[in-house]
Amino acid sequence: MPKPLLEVKGLKKYFDVTGGVLSRKVGEVKAVDDVSFTVYEKEVLGIVGESGCGKSTTGKALLRLTEPTEGQVIFDGKDILGLSYDEMRKMRRDMQIIFQDPYASLNPRHKVEKILGEPLIVHGIGDKQERLKKVREILEVVGLPGEHASRYPHQFSGGQRQRIGIARALIVNPKLIVCDEPVSALDVSIQSQILNLMEDLQEEFGLTYLFIAHDLSVVKHISDRIGVMYLGRMVELSDNEDLYDNPLHPYTKSLLSAVPNPDPDVKKERIILQGDVPSPSNPPSGCAFHTRCPEAMDVCKQVRPEFKEYSVNHFVACHLYDETVKN
Amino acid sequence: MKKPVLEINNLQTHFFTDRGEIPAVDRVSFSIDEGEVLGVVGESGCGKSVTSLSIMGLIPKPPGKIVGGEIIFRHEQKNKQVEENLVKVSKRRLRQIRGNQIAMIFQEPMTSLDPLYTIGFQIIEGVRNHRAISKKEGRTIAIDMLKLVGIPRADEIVDEYPHQLSGGMRQRVMIAIAMACDPQVLIADEPTTALDVTIQAQILELMKKLNKDKGTAIMLITHDLGVVAEMCDRVVVMYAGKVVEQGSVRTILKEPKHPYTQGLIKSLPKMDKRNQRLYSIPGNVPKPGSITEGCRFAPRCEHAFERCFKENPDLLEMSEAHTCRCFLYEKKEVETTHA
Repeated sequence: MPKPLLEVKGLKKYFDVTGGVLSRKVGEVKAVDDVSFTVYEKEVLGIVGESGCGKSTTGKALLRLTEPTEGQVIFDGKDILGLSYDEMRKMRRDMQIIFQDPYASLNPRHKVEKILGEPLIVHGIGDKQERLKKVREILEVVGLPGEHASRYPHQFSGGQRQRIGIARALIVNPKLIVCDEPVSALDVSIQSQILNLMEDLQEEFGLTYLFIAHDLSVVKHISDRIGVMYLGRMVELSDNEDLYDNPLHPYTKSLLSAVPNPDPDVKKERIILQGDVPSPSNPPSGCAFHTRCPEAMDVCKQVRPEFKEYSVNHFVACHLYDETVKN
Repeated sequence: MKKPVLEINNLQTHFFTDRGEIPAVDRVSFSIDEGEVLGVVGESGCGKSVTSLSIMGLIPKPPGKIVGGEIIFRHEQKNKQVEENLVKVSKRRLRQIRGNQIAMIFQEPMTSLDPLYTIGFQIIEGVRNHRAISKKEGRTIAIDMLKLVGIPRADEIVDEYPHQLSGGMRQRVMIAIAMACDPQVLIADEPTTALDVTIQAQILELMKKLNKDKGTAIMLITHDLGVVAEMCDRVVVMYAGKVVEQGSVRTILKEPKHPYTQGLIKSLPKMDKRNQRLYSIPGNVPKPGSITEGCRFAPRCEHAFERCFKENPDLLEMSEAHTCRCFLYEKKEVETTHA
């Protein structure tokens, strides 16, 4: 049994909505609403969901880049939500993040050597010479020539910039990397290069990824286990194969059937959901999905389903699989 | 045999910039038949959007200019078949055609609607420009269009503003605006890229329905081969301003000939297979105008030989209605004719 590296319990992140002349709190957006999961050592946990489902907020809340409202985040046996600012900063040596937009996440006024050297300075690693050597080494690792360290971000293409973003996360030798949509801004031919690179690095350095994406085929390709989120909640979590072969939650089913398949011979039964994702500032009562669910029952409107283990390692939050509700 | 409603011959759209003259679209030729869905596939900077803007006469000048080629639009006027070259027609005539007979949907549903006008006004605006109708008639048309694209509470939404609608709804409104004049050709530039998968499925379904019911020919510009497989009859693959391969959706996705198309299809993560290493095309997408000699794909091509770097290959006929721009196949052709 692999060791858990990161345990998330009942994570909540509410954003206040303010209004009026005095900017008083008038409501809240439940971006992440009671999410629990575990990431094991050296695995890739994929998280999928549509825009606004809270997957990116979850990733940021784990690193305390945005402060969670409630819950527990246990990393390597320690509850990191109790750490002070300085302690947390040290902790981030082991947990890093790669951002979605390679154009916005690199400072255009800094050379690559400064961008990549910064994490080393923060964590007090090496002197100037050693740092530069390390920067060059890491550039080679991510497939860029070492002498590119003296260039500026605008001299690189999107794919190359994303390599620099990966190098920045990798340079402090972390255990966990949160990848927040790392390939969604890239062209198809570049996307596969970056995915391959990330897989190689994982093997070489024994990394653990929390891979957040909206593209199901990408998540399917890279993940060992996959969690599906909807409106701030985790609705299903299971092994990769199991989720695709045997989806339980009606939302997962429709999500999988909505992905266009590039093989013209595959004709599949498509479940087309009606309506849009409701606003997270005013989520529906009970199960958040009941407004669009083709199999909604009366109980779904009132009671929020529990996130329970249905079969081994296959968790789902749906009343359809709750024996007590059925009877 | 179906007739082409739009025929593009050797279209050249160049941009005149500080870096020199950049051929964003370099002798592109293809046609769209009546009632078909044509997919135009390519990565960023390959010239697919510039091609569509050229058809609509929406290239910003300066810096852009159509320097050569023709865009033939065939349609019926007073029971007579007319051919018009959209590159040559007057601005006034182009305005009559644009939005009326050829309409376009843009990628960003968030930014392509005017936030200051009601949904109804924006739908009617185009119709009133092309047809003499009263405001009252226009309103009925607007409501009908909204119903057609599957918007609930159409009679209320017609008086609402874009910010009151979600992304998927706005894209439906964009389609309603484009379809309001019942165009013969609809150009859709990445209509679902900004949308979530479940909403994308709704919009694609809607476009398929309009194509079938109204017989509107659709030129669908996308980078998503999955969308192409779902929607299109034929596909044009573009790379660095040139058409590199053209054929039916089956041939292109199942038996692609050009190394670029092959690489593109191989590099997609597959839903039904897992954890195989992905194929990837080496190198980067070239900047427009950076390669002037030889085949544009040669620096990234694993089959490239000397000739590829010097001469530009022609489009070769592979089989019926399947063309490919690559020297690899020319060689074979020569061999077979000699044998």
